[in-house]
Formats: sequence, C-alpha cells, structure tokens
Amino acid sequence: MLDCGLDMTSTLNFLPLPLVQSLRLSNLPGWSLKDGNAFLEKTELIDLSTVDVILISNYHCMMALPYITERTGFTGTVYATEPTVQIGRLLMEELVNFIERVPKAQSASLWKNKDIQRLLPSPLKDAVEVSTWRRCYTMQEVNSALSKIQLVGYSQKIELFGAVQVTPLSSGYALGSSNWIIQSHYEKVSYVSGSSLLTTHPQPMDQASLKNSDVLILTGLTQIPTANPDGMVGEFCSNLALTVRNGGNVLVPCYPSGVIYDLLECLYQYIDSAGLSSVPFYFISPVANSSLEFSQIFAEWLCHNKQTKVYLPEPPFPHAELIQTNKLKHYPSIHGDFSNDFRQPCVVFTGHPSLRFGDVVHFMELWGKSSLNTVIFTEPDFSYLEALAPYQPLAMKCIYCPIDTRLNFIQVSKLLKEVQPLHVVCPEQYTQPPPPQSHRTDLMIDCQPPAMSYHRAEVLALPFKRRYEKIEIMPELADSLVPMEIKPGISLATVSAVLHTKDNKHILQPPPRPTPPTSGKKRKRVSDDIPDCKVVKPLLSGSIPVEQFVQTLEKHGFSDIKVEDTAKGHIVLLQEAETLIQIEEDSTHIICDNDEMLRVRLRDLVLKFLQKF
Amino acid sequence: MDPECSRLLPALCAVLADPRQPVTDDTCLEKLLDWFKTVTETESSLLLLQENPCLVELLSQAFKFQDLSSRVVSFSLRLAGIFAAQENCFQYLQQEELMLRLFGEAGPLGLLTWNVPSVRSGWIQGLCSLAQHPSAEQFLVECGALDIIFALQGDSSLFVASAASQLLAQVLALSLQGQDTPQLNMLDDDWPLCARSIVGFLENSLQSGTTPQVTKALNVLTSTFGRCHQPWTQTLWMRLGTPVACLLEKEPVPAGHSLADLLLSMARSPVFGSSDCDLWVTLAQTLNRLSPTQAGPLALGILKLHICPQALKTQALGVLLQPLVCILEAATQPPGNLLCCPPGLLDGIERSPSISDTLLASTSSCISLLCQSLAHLGELQPLLGVARPGPWPQAALLQATVTALRFGNGSAVPVSNVGRHLCGVLAGCVRVQRAALDFLGVLSQGTGPRELVTQVFEVLLQYLSSPGSSPMVLKKAFQATVQWFLSTSKVSSFCEPDLYTQPFLRELFPVMQKRLCSPCWEVRDSSLEFLIQLTTRWGGHPGFQQALLASDVPELAEQLLQDPEGYVRASAVVAVGHLASRGLHATPSSPEHPGAQQRLLRELLHMLSVDTEGFPRRAVMQVFTQWLRDGHVAMAEDPEQFVASVFQVVSRDLDWEVRVQSLELAHVFLAQTLRPPDCPYAVTLPRVSEPVPLVEVLRTLGRAQVLDFALRALFDCDRPVAQKSCDFLLLLQARTTPDSGLQGSGCGPDATDVEAALQAWQAGEQGQPLGELVPEVAVAVLQALDLEGLRATLAESSDRVEQSPQSLLQDMLATVGTLSEPEADCY
Repeated sequence: MLDCGLDMTSTLNFLPLPLVQSLRLSNLPGWSLKDGNAFLEKTELIDLSTVDVILISNYHCMMALPYITERTGFTGTVYATEPTVQIGRLLMEELVNFIERVPKAQSASLWKNKDIQRLLPSPLKDAVEVSTWRRCYTMQEVNSALSKIQLVGYSQKIELFGAVQVTPLSSGYALGSSNWIIQSHYEKVSYVSGSSLLTTHPQPMDQASLKNSDVLILTGLTQIPTANPDGMVGEFCSNLALTVRNGGNVLVPCYPSGVIYDLLECLYQYIDSAGLSSVPFYFISPVANSSLEFSQIFAEWLCHNKQTKVYLPEPPFPHAELIQTNKLKHYPSIHGDFSNDFRQPCVVFTGHPSLRFGDVVHFMELWGKSSLNTVIFTEPDFSYLEALAPYQPLAMKCIYCPIDTRLNFIQVSKLLKEVQPLHVVCPEQYTQPPPPQSHRTDLMIDCQPPAMSYHRAEVLALPFKRRYEKIEIMPELADSLVPMEIKPGISLATVSAVLHTKDNKHILQPPPRPTPPTSGKKRKRVSDDIPDCKVVKPLLSGSIPVEQFVQTLEKHGFSDIKVEDTAKGHIVLLQEAETLIQIEEDSTHIICDNDEMLRVRLRDLVLKFLQKF
Repeated sequence: MDPECSRLLPALCAVLADPRQPVTDDTCLEKLLDWFKTVTETESSLLLLQENPCLVELLSQAFKFQDLSSRVVSFSLRLAGIFAAQENCFQYLQQEELMLRLFGEAGPLGLLTWNVPSVRSGWIQGLCSLAQHPSAEQFLVECGALDIIFALQGDSSLFVASAASQLLAQVLALSLQGQDTPQLNMLDDDWPLCARSIVGFLENSLQSGTTPQVTKALNVLTSTFGRCHQPWTQTLWMRLGTPVACLLEKEPVPAGHSLADLLLSMARSPVFGSSDCDLWVTLAQTLNRLSPTQAGPLALGILKLHICPQALKTQALGVLLQPLVCILEAATQPPGNLLCCPPGLLDGIERSPSISDTLLASTSSCISLLCQSLAHLGELQPLLGVARPGPWPQAALLQATVTALRFGNGSAVPVSNVGRHLCGVLAGCVRVQRAALDFLGVLSQGTGPRELVTQVFEVLLQYLSSPGSSPMVLKKAFQATVQWFLSTSKVSSFCEPDLYTQPFLRELFPVMQKRLCSPCWEVRDSSLEFLIQLTTRWGGHPGFQQALLASDVPELAEQLLQDPEGYVRASAVVAVGHLASRGLHATPSSPEHPGAQQRLLRELLHMLSVDTEGFPRRAVMQVFTQWLRDGHVAMAEDPEQFVASVFQVVSRDLDWEVRVQSLELAHVFLAQTLRPPDCPYAVTLPRVSEPVPLVEVLRTLGRAQVLDFALRALFDCDRPVAQKSCDFLLLLQARTTPDSGLQGSGCGPDATDVEAALQAWQAGEQGQPLGELVPEVAVAVLQALDLEGLRATLAESSDRVEQSPQSLLQDMLATVGTLSEPEADCY
C-alpha cells in the first residue's frame, strides 16, 4: 500500500470546536447536531487486513495510519524515514490533542442514515459514504500504530519477501520525505509522491535514481499550480507587514511543521528591513516546542547549506536565533504563559488550517471583528472560503497565499524528460486542465506516451509483463559446468540440478550424490535408495538439411526415397523400408514398424547432422 | 619623430629581435603599433626607415630565428604593412626583398610560428594595411598571397577567418577601384587578374552548396558592398547575382542570416538603391523563402531603408505583424466587438502559413519568434514616416499586445487549437511578458480607442498586482505604466491624471503599498523608482495627491530609509525628497508645524554621516541640492545653518561623488548668497534685488565651512572633485576684483606657499594651515592661486604623461631590463 493520507476536507462540514464557549456558535440556528471529529473515508475495495506492507512518502501522507493498523486487523509492516515518523507523530499528537481537549457533551450519528442525510442541507446531503466517517483516533492508537513502523534511510534497499526490493529516495518536499523505487531484477516501478525541485530546507530531490523506470506512478503535485511559491512568500510578507504597521494582528493558520520553517526563515531576513523587529511572533501548538527542536536535529536530512552549518557549529534553521532574541515565542496553547506574555500587534502561527479546531478557532473569534486584523492562509489543503464560512460575517481581512512547493506541471515535464520512464501513471485530475481554467493546457501533464490515468477505486493493470526470473547457481554447481560455444559469443551448458525455491528466491543446487553403499552392513531395500542418476542424454541442436540428409541415406544404401513438404517441415519417405521420417523445426520422428535396428541406424544418421552437448 | 624616441628605438628593436628576451606584454606592442601608425600618417615612412635602419633590421629578423616569439613575429608583420602602405616605402622594402620574405608563399607558411593564430592574424592585418596602392595589388598576385587568403577563409580561428574575409573584400575593392563600369562586362578577360581570382573563388564558394562556404562568400560580398559604393559594384552583382539567387531555390536556404545581411548591405548602397535592378525582386523572394525567425531581421532592415519600393515595405511589415495576428486570432473577443477583426492589420498582405507553423512547432521557436517580432516592431515605431509603408495599425497592435500579455499571465481565453497551444506555451513565460511590456510602452507614443486604453491599464494592473510577476517583469510593467500615464495625460487638457488614470490610481496605490513591503529588494527598489517618476510628473496635481495621501505609500517610502539594501535606501531618499518638496509627507505638517520636515532633514543628515554605502549618501546630497535650489521649507528659514550642517558631515566623506555633489550644493548656495531669491509669494511685483556685499558673502561661506571644503577639494586626488572646486573658486575669484571693495591684506601670501599649505591640508593635516578664513585672508588666498592654470592642467587627462611614446619606449626597455636580470634562484 502506497501511503495512507487522511482526507480531512470532510471536517469543513462541521462547526468549529471553540476552546472557550462561543455564544455565537452555540446559538446558530438549525442543525446544531455536531458529530465533531470524524473523518475517515474508506472504501470496501480491499480488505486492509491483507495488506502486507505500507510505504509512507511523507508525514502528511500517514495521518490515517492508526485507522488502518489498529482497526482493520492489519498485521504487516510500515516503512518510513525517521523524520517522517517523528514529525508525523507530532501532527497526530496535535490533532488528537486539539480534539480531545474539547470533549463533546453529545454526539449524533443518526443523521448518517441515508434517509435523514438526504434531508440535510447541501453540501452535507451530497457527501459520499458518510457512514464510514469515523471518530478521531486516540493517542494510544497513535503510539501503537507508530510502533509498527520500521525506520529506513535514503537509498537503503529493503527486501520484501524476496519478491521485490524497495528503496526510499529523497523527494525534496519535507524533512524525510521520500519517493520509492519498487524493483525486481527485471522491472522497476517508481512511486513519486509529494516531490519538490525548489531549494527549501530538505535534502534535494534525487532524480537520477528514478531513471530507467518501467512505470512511474506520479502523484502529490502542487494543489495550486498557478501560484508560484516565491511570489506567494512575497505576498505573505507584504500583507503581514502592512497589517502590523497599521496596528493589526496577523493570524496564520498552519501545520506545526513544514512550510512554517521556511516562513520563519524568510521572516528572519525580512523583519528588519520591514521595521518589524519589535513585533512578537507567537507559535502556538501542543507540539510547537518539539517541532522547532526536531527540525534542528535532523541534520542529515537537510539541504547542503543547512548541513554545513551544523559543522560550524550553528543551528541549521535561523528560528533558533529568533527564539533566543525573544522575537519568536512558542506555547503549547493559549492557556498559561501565553496569556501573560500576549502583546498586540502580533503575528500568531497556529493550527488547525481547517479552522475547525485548535487554537486558531479562538483567534478567529477574537480578531474576526476588526478590519485591522488579517488572516493569511498559507496551507493549500483547504478551500479558504469554506474554512471561513462559520465565521461570517467577518470584518478581518483574508489573504490567500497558498505556499505549495510540490512539483508544478512545468517541473513535471522537465522531470519526465530527465527521467524518461516508459510509462507514467497518474490520477486523472492531472491529465486535464483544472475545471475552472479549462483553457490552461499548460496546467496538465503532457508526456509521450500519454500518461495512464486512474480514478478513485479503479483497478489498473500496470503496463508491463513479468517475463524473467533470476535464478542463482551455487558455486560448486557452476564449477562443474562446461559451456560449449554454439555461436560466436554464445555458449551453452547443460545443467542438472535441484531448483530450490523459498521466499521468491530461486537457487540451483547440485543434485544430491548417491550415498556410497555402507560396507559390512545390511543392504537397504532398493526402494529406500536414492535413485541413481540416469545417464544424461545429450541435448541436440541445429537443423537437418533435407537434401544432404537424403544423400546420406542414399549413401547408406537406402533407395526409393521420397521427400514431401509439409506445413511444418518435411517428411522423408523410405518406401522400401516402409519407414517415415518426420523432420520439423523442433522435433524429428522416425516411424518404423518394430524394426529397432533400422530405427537406431536412422537415428544415428539424423544425429550426425546435429550438434550435441 | 621625436629625437628622444629615435634615440631609444635601436635599443628597443634589438630587444625585440632578441629571442632570449621575450616580450610578455601584448598591450605594449599594440601601443607601439598605434604610435607608428600615427607617425606614418604625418611623416614619410620611407624617411622614417632610412633614418632608423634598426627598424628594417627588426623586420628582416622576423623569420630569421625560429624561436622568436610569435608576438614579435605578428608585430613585425603588422609593422611592415603599416610602412608599406606608402607606395615608395613599399618599393624600398621590395628592393630588400623583405616583402616577399614576410608575406610571400615561401615566407612564413613553413615556419612553426604560423600555427599560432596571432601570427596568421598579424600576416592578414599587415596585408590589410598594405593593400592601398596598385603595386600592392600586383604584389599580392605575384607572391601567391591570394591563395593563402582563400585558405584562411576557413581558418580554425574565427578571428583569423573573419579578418581574412575583410581582407578579401578590401583587395577586391582595390583591384576594381577606378575601373570604368562600361569596360567591365561579363567576360573574364576584362577583369583585372586579382579580381578575377577572387570572383572565381566567390563563385565556387556560392555554388558549393555547403553552408560554411556559402556563409564566407556572402560575408565577403557584404563587406564589399558595405564599404564600396562605386559603379563597379553593380557589375560585380551582375556576375554574382545569379549564384546568390540560386541559393533561394535550395531547401532550406543555406546561410539565411548572412544572405539577409548581404541584401540589406546592398540595399543601403546608393548604387543599388537608386537603380531599377532586380535587387528588390530578390529581397521580396528572400522574405518569402527564409524561415520566419530569419526573415524578421531582414524585414526590419527593409523597413528602415530610406529608398525602397512601397510594396516591399508592406510585405516586410507583414512578416513582422503576422505573429501578432496569430495571437490576436487565437483569443476570444466578446461578440460584437469591432476590434475583433482589426482593420488594417494585414490589409493587402499575403498570409504566410510558415509563421503559424513556427509558432506551433516548439515552445522555444514560438517564444523566439514572438519576442523578435515585438522587439522589431518596437524598434520601428519611433521611425515615423520613414519606415511605415502605410498607416501604423496602432489599435490592432495594441489589442494584440494586450492579448499577448493576457496569454502571458494565463488570463486569455483561447478559441482555437492554435490558441490552446499558445496558451500552454506562453502562460508564465517571462521572456514574452518582458518583450510585450516593452512594446506596450513603445505603443504609448500613439493613442488608442478608449476601450483599448482601459484594457491596457487593466492588464498593467494585473501584472503589477500579481504575486507571480518576477522582479524584472514588474520593473517593465512599472515603466510601461509611466509611459501610458504620460501618453494619456498629454491627451487630457490640464496635464492632470485623467479619466483613465484616476480610477487606476485608486487601485494602484494599494498595490504599491504591497510592493514597497516586498521581501525582494529589487521589487522595493523599482517600486520606489516608479514612485519617483510619478511624483516628479504629477506631484503637484490634486487628484494624484489625494490618491497618494489616502494610502500608506509616503509612510512606507520613509520607512525604507532604513532598508538593509543600499540601493533601496538611495531610491527611498530620492523618493522621500521628492515627496517632501511637494509637501506630500507621511505625516502632513502645516507651515506652522514644520516638525515632519525638520525630522526628515535630521534623518537625512544622519544618513549622510553614518550610512556605510555611497549610493544613499549621494542621493541625500542630490536631494539637499534640489531642496536648496527649490527653497524647500525645511531649510528656507536658515539656509546657512542647513549648509553648515551638511558641510560639517561631508567634509571627510570618502566617496568622490558625494564630494562633487557637495560642491554643487556650494555652487547653489553661493548663487543664492550673492543674490537672494525673490520671495515667490511676495505681494509686490518682482524686482531685482540688490547684490549682497562680497565681504558678507565670504563671511557666510566661511561660517558655513564651504570655503574650507572648496579649498581643500582643490587638490583632491579625484580629478572631478578638483575640477568642480576649481570652477567654484573661479566664480568666487571673479568677484574679488579690485573694485569689489575688498582688498587683500596688502602683502598677500605667496602662491606656492598657499598651494603647499592646501596640499598638506588635503593630505590630512589638522587645523587650518591658512589661518582663520576671514574675508581678507580668503581674498588673499584666492588672488594668490593660479586657478586658470590649475583648471587647464586638470582639463588634460591624468595619464597624459604616461601615454607619451617616449614613456612607452622607456617602459618597454625597463621591463626587459628587469626581466634580463640574473636569474637567481629565490630559494
């Protein structure tokens, strides 16, 4: 199984979970039933308990892991890099924390009944498979799920049941993010998911190892192909500066890891030029501290520049300096120290980007009424208009600066030109321009041959056939072979051996030798003996030239010979001897009536024309 | 020749001819050649050689020693050419058989040094200088040099090959010079031998069918027709026109660019331009046959011709317009829009399918063709009347450019397959965006229908506000916006931002605010430059002021005075200076409370004293000078105090431009002190104010430290500073005439003492070596100084001594001297 991301857009159907009782939210009319925290959509296409292996490409793509490992009877192994696991844990911890700290007094599930659901207002009535939506997992489940992960490093080769070898490669998108190569001896499939060619904090993408793929499965491209990340960072900084200058506060709903590191680095260089040195930056998340510290210790997973800093030694990310100089402060939540230190105007980074839970809900309620304040959306996962819906009417300014560093279509076409896979497989959304901009033919994958696309729950046969298996020969057996050159450069040898197959590995071993008869002891019964190896008949090769064969027959005293052409070869008729010799491409038959002598004579004449080995 | 040089020459020649003393510096030899060239222009070369036999000796040594450095060999060949350019000198060298040894077939070819490109280049350049007279022509034929020149056309060194091609053109011209056209006909026998060989070579090359050879032949012809405008060129064309025309029948046409260059060079020649030869037909055919990217430069060349048939110009314009027509047709137009089919864009012009083929062929060809077309049309627009074959299709071009820009930012909606392809190729293409914005700026020279101008401002605003615009694109968008502002305000009667720009301004300033906060310094800088341009032109107009002051732009500009990037600080200084002179402050201050202006003045003074980079300090000085000139309110009350505080800060500035600018400020201050400006708001009629007594002026200058500064700057190590100071003091000196009512103290100081004192002062001596500069002392110093003499000295270039031939010869000898010192092992 490749990745197990969690589609959290269904949370947008729910009301926010406020940290402080919100009169406004609780007094909203109508459908006050809240089912809160339930997200998982799953399909009945496969029985997840039969999955042997899950390969994780980055920490955003593992958020559904507890549902699979803990609730389906899954017994397999999960492979991921260390930063992916550590930061994935932070993301899950934050999610669980956000949900659990505001327990629900009541929950409802009757509405999931199809008859009731269809009465609900749109878009809820159109939501698919609501019956499969689940409550959020617990921390216990998270821990148990993560314990099933086996850590791997880039370029490490992992054998899966002897059938294939999988290797993670740097994908350049996030700390520890990987693309995967899945290969057998003769086939290679690359799984490219969430990759970036931009120079940000992670190790750059390893493109070279993706070459010579039979199939390249391509997914996780940028969600906002028209937004150039550089331009968006500029937009982010400008709007932030303008708001703060006018005495307003800036709210940045974000995940606790990822783009935030780049944003903080950018702000580190920018705040002095923009005269923002005195403005406090707050990072509020249950995992804020761990996230900032983890980022500094994964040196080997960082880009070259940051790696070299470690040897100076300096912290690779400049947010360490921001923290030291008290420009950036981090808190687990708005309670406690934060309320003492809180000073406005300020910039707050907090989750969750869906605006449905987490500390961000509080700031939306707090700052939404003033037009001086601004909320800047940087995560591309959610529609910002839908995210804002429960907070309307809203006076604060809303800026949408989605920063998605994953591959855009120009980069994809360069990548494919470089890597040259035989086939590309991708979701069908990537093979046509996005619906609102149907004229933008530049916003789709353009490659030759055209990419094979798939849609949700479609079963796709990958376009290659397995034709060869590799078999190893034991050294002692190989020693005994005597190859004969049958064509220049091609030598053959016959081999008699025992084929030993285990865990999809095939080994030719020398045949067991007959045990020498033990002297002085009673002879065993014949049936107990290992059968003697029969004399091996030589293998024949070559073809029989009919005319010469006939001449030879004549020389050896056969007369009255007739040759008939057949569809597959020839029939040589020895009328006198009432014998028939059928010569075909891959077989020769001598048909004579019980005259073994004659048959052997004829056989020897036939063999003269063939090579033996 | 200077006798001193004559004296040094034998030693130098000996050194040059000595293989054991290698010349390491090429530039010395080049300078030496330049000098000989100058000398031979005025003197007889023959006499020169006779008086300096060492030169002939040097030439005769050139190939004597196998191990003589290639530099000296090349030098000797070029030198021989320079001397032999005069016929009598050539004959003199011939007598010695020197010419044959240097340039003949048996000469340098067999030597090892011939493999060095600089030797071959020297050989060619020597012949180039030589080929001036009939004897030279004969020599070239006899010595077999022509064959070598033919061979060198394909030399591995591009410089040698190109020089050989130039030489061939020159020899051909020499050979045919003065030939009476009627005498020449198509028969070989009538042609001079030399010309016959060259033409034969060219014919063979043209017929060879291989692109490199054809290119070489075409280049020779281009040089020939470019430099010679005599009747014989026509005969030459009669002979070579056919093989050239045959090139057009090949698919693809070989050496398209060179062919275009040749035809253009001919069309510019009066010999062809005025006649009714078939050149125009060939040009028309060539336009049709060349690929669109090759035809572009040819079309532009044709359109720039002064004499050219109208039909050809129309055809050429068509070539340039067609890519834009494709763009226009590819995008949706609202139904009923009259601009849908722009009238006049391709009237009477045949459409070429190859243009759209090229646009569709590949991404790079599409982008190149479009950018080329936009650039060429942009070049053409200012050539009013000359180039235009008919009315300039301004509206259609405007529409096409706007469409190209919309394709560039992905907002154009295509209607055809071509359109969809273009959309895929052009969306986000920075090259096309830049070219189209440049051309859009050029198009502001004309007008356009109202709807179109609105569209122009719309698309400009899209580019200015789009986060995806690269810094360079943004800069171009700013430039185009200023140009369109200018253009539309020309149309409106009050020179006021008009009905187009007023609504635009309201949207522009919020965008500017964002751009001024950009993390990219290039963006902040170009936004400030844009603000400066806007303020300079419209700063006084209420509509502009209103929109500007409603935004945070003035405040942000002031904040950028603290920017970490020096360039941005410099632009911010100028912008804030401009805004302040028009009273457009961040925090508006009334005349009763000039606090904001004083604060800004203090801030700029602070920058002047502490900023570590030169650009911002120069900008501050510019602003101060402008403020003083304009009588800006910040210093109007007490200009003397203002100037004094400035000179206190700049007195030790290390940047020479800041010092020059300070003297400019001093100049303005002096002018104002001598005759204070009339109050512009005075109720009474302006009257000529009484001149201020000189003693008062000098006292003021002394108090403001202007005199100190100017006198010290007189011996500044940077010449422009010294010159500026000299000019300033001369102005002052002119006032200290005996009738100015102020005499020196009788026994004035000695001129040399003053100069010595000033130089010591400049060099950093503390205190005032001239004593306190009271008016009497100042007058005495001014009278003692020979400012006119100093100005004359400063006017001469500073390296005049170092550049004299004598110094050159001495330097060369000295270098060799040091090189030939015993080669002791330093270790």
